[in-house]
Amino acid sequence: MKILVCISHVPDTTAKINFTNGDTEFDTNGVQFVINPNDEFGLTRAIWFKEKQGAHVTVVNVGGPETEPTIRKALAIGADEAIRVNATPTDGFQVANELAEVVKAGNYDVVICGKESLDYNGGMVPGMLASLLNFNFVNSCVGVEIEGSKATLNREIDGGKETLTADLPIVIGGQKGIVEEKDLRIPNMRGIMSARTKALNIMEPVASVAKTKAVKFEKPAPKSAVKLISPDNLDELINLLHNEAKVI
Amino acid sequence: MSVLIYTEFSEGKFKKVALELASYAKKVADSLGTNVTAVTVNAGDVSELGKYGVDKVLKVTDSKLDAFNAKAYADVVKQAAQKENASVVVLSSTTDSLYMAPIVAVGLDAGYASNVVELPVSTSPFQVKRNAFSSKGFNITELISDVKVVALAKNSFGLVEASGAATVEDFSVTLNDADFNVTVQSQDKTTGKVTIADAEVVVSGGRGLKGPENWGMIEELAEVLGAATACSKPVSDLDWRPHEEHVGQTGKPVASNLYIAIGISGAIQHIAGVNASKVKVVINSDPEAPFFKVADYGIVGDAFQVVPELIKKLKEFKTNNN
Repeated sequence: MKILVCISHVPDTTAKINFTNGDTEFDTNGVQFVINPNDEFGLTRAIWFKEKQGAHVTVVNVGGPETEPTIRKALAIGADEAIRVNATPTDGFQVANELAEVVKAGNYDVVICGKESLDYNGGMVPGMLASLLNFNFVNSCVGVEIEGSKATLNREIDGGKETLTADLPIVIGGQKGIVEEKDLRIPNMRGIMSARTKALNIMEPVASVAKTKAVKFEKPAPKSAVKLISPDNLDELINLLHNEAKVI
Repeated sequence: MSVLIYTEFSEGKFKKVALELASYAKKVADSLGTNVTAVTVNAGDVSELGKYGVDKVLKVTDSKLDAFNAKAYADVVKQAAQKENASVVVLSSTTDSLYMAPIVAVGLDAGYASNVVELPVSTSPFQVKRNAFSSKGFNITELISDVKVVALAKNSFGLVEASGAATVEDFSVTLNDADFNVTVQSQDKTTGKVTIADAEVVVSGGRGLKGPENWGMIEELAEVLGAATACSKPVSDLDWRPHEEHVGQTGKPVASNLYIAIGISGAIQHIAGVNASKVKVVINSDPEAPFFKVADYGIVGDAFQVVPELIKKLKEFKTNNN
């Protein structure tokens, strides 16, 4: 079984978000980058398939050379090899197009993405990739088992979850639950050392045209200070929620 | 030309998001000088859509579509969009709609913007404002394709009634058998309880509640408010509450009208996941808890005293206001 895990290089969840160049670009100054958490859950599940079922795991990122430390981290966690598509895409459709080429070239059975990245929150890539490849597709995936050419998956739905079956090849949009937080791995020294010698292949992009572009960024309006209400005056809270905020 | 929406129907009626979508699409259609068409799948009475600005309903009835199937449903939306020559397709942000939206976009060769929080900034060029960076920023996105697909963020527009009635037309679609290779085997769905996804009010508890045995008052408060219950990440990690209740950046996002955080200090990842809620109330004994910086209303106090008292007062309030 050949698994491709698509990873995004995103600001750490605690990063302060600022914009630069007349609010047209994300300001990377002083920002720590990590593997997109939704992708890391999927990567960890892929490593499980490697250890238990002998899968071969490749990670891929579409991005410039600055994303290589993030890719090396994925290798240190346990992926066998890595690909970086040397492009700076401007939208999810472009990313999906680049990834589709990687999948076609590598004959993967299972492609695992995070259901969305924590920077642009687009949620576009897994579905677009599955469409471009004409693969089966399960999004918001919170569990996957694979036997031979069949997958059994759990998908989160509004108010619960459902169990699905599908044949390979398949694209999965993963999230927390595909493995639990406690199962995530911190790279150990041996992993970090071996990651240095694992292959990180650079692929040149195919020409694909974006269908959207980010024109401008804005920060949320500054928040007015909290109104503190005495615990002895809960009538006042109810009054404010009813008459001022109009939410009850 | 028209604006097409897919309106979700469940348990005998349209979901509130479907009516919100209709309200939104009506305004978009007005600014484009066109009409709103809604496509429904196995829906019952569709007359309600007319009240929210829908001009025409394409009613698809097919037993193969009884269970949601992303590719097949995307195909329905695509065929409806082609029939209506739609220039804009608007979908909601339910789990199902977000699942199929990118497939619809590829099918229509369209640009796609999710998490859209208000009416288009401009319709020519077509620019929308979207929530990004987990509510820590907004992104104005331009869709440069002929057809545009947008997903409206939950609870971001509200309902606007219009006068008029929709014409209804049966619409048959051609389905691709291969799409049904992905098959639903079983569903495990909470019934009779407000879900975080649909809730207008969410009551959420954190580690400050000391243990799972103390959740009775959280559930009671939620019941009084008709709210869903939720929890912070440590609470779900400790297995005090089921994982489905975990809200925050790596858990479920919350975009309710009212979010009440009890005994939650407000880690940045938690705030990121709940910040899209309109009004936030925090109850915490520690006045330095970071949640107070982003809340609208705060009570510095012991949850074990404040919450039971609040339940009592709210019950009185409900009795007097009904």
